[in-house]
Amino acid sequence: MDFLLIQALSGLASAASLFLVASGLSIIFGVTRIVNFAHGAFYMLGAYVAFTLTDRFAGPLGFWGGLLVASLVVAALGALMEMVLLRRIYQAPELFQLLATFGVTLMVQDLVVLIWGPDDLMGPRAPGLSGAFSLFGRLVPSYDILLILLGPAVLGLLWLLFHRTRWGVLVRAATQDREMVASLGVNQKWLFTSVFALGVFLAALGGALQIPRTTVTHYMDLSIIVEVFVVVVIGGLGSVTGAFIAAVLVSELNAFGILVLPKISMITVFLVMAVVLVVRPWGLFGKPDAAPRASAGISVRPWKPMSVLERSGVALVVLLAALLPLVSGSYALSVGSEILVFVLFAASLHFMMTVGGLSSFGHAAYFGLGAYGAAFAVTYFGAPMEAALLLGPLLGLAGAVLFGWFCVRLSGVYFAMLTLAFAQITWSVAFQWVEVTGGDNGILGIWPSAWASTPQGFYWLTLAVVVVGVALLRMLVFSPFGFGLRAARDSALRAEAIGIDGKRTQWAAFMVAGTFAGIAGALFAFLKGSVFPETLAIPMSVDGLVMVLLGGIETVSGAVVGAVVYKALAIWLMSQTELSKLVLGGIIVLLVVAFPKGIVGFLEDWRHRRPPAPNGAGPKAAGKAATEAAPVGIAKLEAAR
Amino acid sequence: MNALLEVKGLVKSYSGVHAVRGVSFSLQAGEILALIGPNGAGKSTCFNMLNGQIRPNAGSIRLNGEEMVGLPPRTVWRRGVGRTFQITATFSSMTVRENVQVALLSYHRRLWSVLGYAGAAHREEADDLLTLVGMDQQAERPCGELAYGDLKRLELAVALANQPRLLLMDEPTAGMAPKERVELMRLTAAIARKKDMGVLFTEHDMDVVFEHADAVMVLNRGELIARGSPQEVRRDPHVQAIYLGEGLLYDAKHREEAVQ
Repeated sequence: MDFLLIQALSGLASAASLFLVASGLSIIFGVTRIVNFAHGAFYMLGAYVAFTLTDRFAGPLGFWGGLLVASLVVAALGALMEMVLLRRIYQAPELFQLLATFGVTLMVQDLVVLIWGPDDLMGPRAPGLSGAFSLFGRLVPSYDILLILLGPAVLGLLWLLFHRTRWGVLVRAATQDREMVASLGVNQKWLFTSVFALGVFLAALGGALQIPRTTVTHYMDLSIIVEVFVVVVIGGLGSVTGAFIAAVLVSELNAFGILVLPKISMITVFLVMAVVLVVRPWGLFGKPDAAPRASAGISVRPWKPMSVLERSGVALVVLLAALLPLVSGSYALSVGSEILVFVLFAASLHFMMTVGGLSSFGHAAYFGLGAYGAAFAVTYFGAPMEAALLLGPLLGLAGAVLFGWFCVRLSGVYFAMLTLAFAQITWSVAFQWVEVTGGDNGILGIWPSAWASTPQGFYWLTLAVVVVGVALLRMLVFSPFGFGLRAARDSALRAEAIGIDGKRTQWAAFMVAGTFAGIAGALFAFLKGSVFPETLAIPMSVDGLVMVLLGGIETVSGAVVGAVVYKALAIWLMSQTELSKLVLGGIIVLLVVAFPKGIVGFLEDWRHRRPPAPNGAGPKAAGKAATEAAPVGIAKLEAAR
Repeated sequence: MNALLEVKGLVKSYSGVHAVRGVSFSLQAGEILALIGPNGAGKSTCFNMLNGQIRPNAGSIRLNGEEMVGLPPRTVWRRGVGRTFQITATFSSMTVRENVQVALLSYHRRLWSVLGYAGAAHREEADDLLTLVGMDQQAERPCGELAYGDLKRLELAVALANQPRLLLMDEPTAGMAPKERVELMRLTAAIARKKDMGVLFTEHDMDVVFEHADAVMVLNRGELIARGSPQEVRRDPHVQAIYLGEGLLYDAKHREEAVQ
């Protein structure tokens, strides 16, 4: 009994930081409608800066002052990011904002290692609170008691701030109706910046408060952000009270789940989240979004199948790709195979995002499941490559069937966060269930059949599968099913009113995308000869997203171009610099700001802006570009409304 | 004769607020029935219950004798109820023709097909519908750039794609020029007569209502306070007090005509 109490207290203590970070995310979302992915990065920065300050200035004042100053410094950085970056993209679809803040997260990861080094850091104990209470003959750290009290205290302070100050009233008003507050003459810019600074302050404080409890590491950002997403999905985005209740719930589930299912403790949290989502899709304290914004930029230029000229262009490109083994060496061919695998991966995500309007932030789950599926088939059933390539994607499909059922009940940012959470849960299963998946050591010895074991052979195999896969996806876009899917994306109301079951259609699209991602994953397993949990991890999902956005979200097959450009760039960067994440993050941020329509979208715009000259854009663009010339002089509407 | 639509005792309340309380009426095939009333009277709530978007707390809705309460909108549509919305809902990434084609594909139960180019499906049928509403010249245009009145006409074409027995139109002519309003309602009336289709519509423009409706119902605070021919309803002192007002332009105009 007393043991359970201690466990419960430890859970409550962990809830404090989680609540701080989650409430910050919630407050920022409420007003700015931005899901700040970089929130985890600010949490981590809070911990690092606090470490440096408390390390330098000893004593109670040095410690507590250090925590506070660290949080303020990081809040200032957050405000800076808001002013420099986010102000430029408030009008963009929410996906771009998530992506831009992810770019910042990547940059911070490398910067942190650059400044503080790669090793874990041990922070000082809190002066005066380094001891422990004795409770029922067991020891409870005094610092934990402080944290337990801190959570409700912060909740109370936030309540006072929002209900008893003029600023707080404005924030609540803006949370309900931004346009109305703006038209009442409130300076939105500074309201947004101050809200953002407050949110980041809370995140940084959450991080800083962790230093006496745990080591400071350069991967604490991603682990917290997933937990925070789970918390806000359960509690309801925009609700501080919801964040508090859900933080306590999740922390307690973690504390006790470890007793029940030590290997896969995330499962308990996942089950609770699933139940909440089925019963209350907008979280315990959330409100249904009255008018969800379109999750993808919707083009005014309708899609058309390719013309004969464009088809020939594509055929030429495929032919050239097929001839590559005649001129290049093994290394180039394995790079080529890898790029092709990602072309299929990106195309599957692109199908789901642009045709289905379902912006998944966890598409790696199905890629990784496909890879693990193939590895299981080889390792446990002794299947040959041909069979494993067929069986592997079935695991991706199975994952899509299960997760998709929950995900399609949500839309917009909720959908994005839930897909991310599912992917992270899949990752943690692969990581923790060592007996089956080999954990961190992965599964080795996944080799192709003899005929495909040379770089040339495997390249051709990959090319054939990928070309067929992308072609099938494209056919699907223009099929009646694709039309129904687009209908459900454009107007759920109208689609339902003409007999379309939107959720089922979207679920089916989820499965299609999951299966094709699984095929890509299975190929990837044989390309590398091994499978690791990284194939399921967040960076993999984000790679896919960047490829899609780079290609252009308003195009039919832009992801193909996006994947080639991005993967080639990434592989090249890896070989050139130690700071690949910094550079990549920077590129993502620049792309979001400069090319919100992607490469292909940009080329199309450029093509359509000019008078209809014969084939001005050149064979490559003409081959890849998705649409035919539309009437000139069409007034272009903004995608975001 | 059995009514096409038979509504009995429809009730809807939102956390204590009674939006609709005990609405009953019937509608014959080929009849054009207007539902009017002040803002907040419960017109849209009634509409949303009729097409399955909102589930009533009590009451029954029968189409040709079949109970419709509890069915989702898509099933209501399959049973032959078309609808247009107060704020137009169309597929903005598609062309005008493709909008109609999607509805036709759904009607012919082909939306789960993964083969073939949907843009080539039911083309003539789609063009016929567009010709009917006068949108055939704009078939290739992206729907996202249409004028509002044209969107309303496109919605009508989409709503007609399943050969509905009952058409629900929520403020069909809002945002249209006076001439367009008359044209659209004349067109609707002609289709209703020809196909024996029942039409229920809400409208604030009394010219439209009194000119085109066979019968008018007046809803106030969730209750039907009058039903009858346009003339009867117009002269009803109760309706005048609550909704039409005393110095109604339409009435004044007609009185002048009568004097002359």
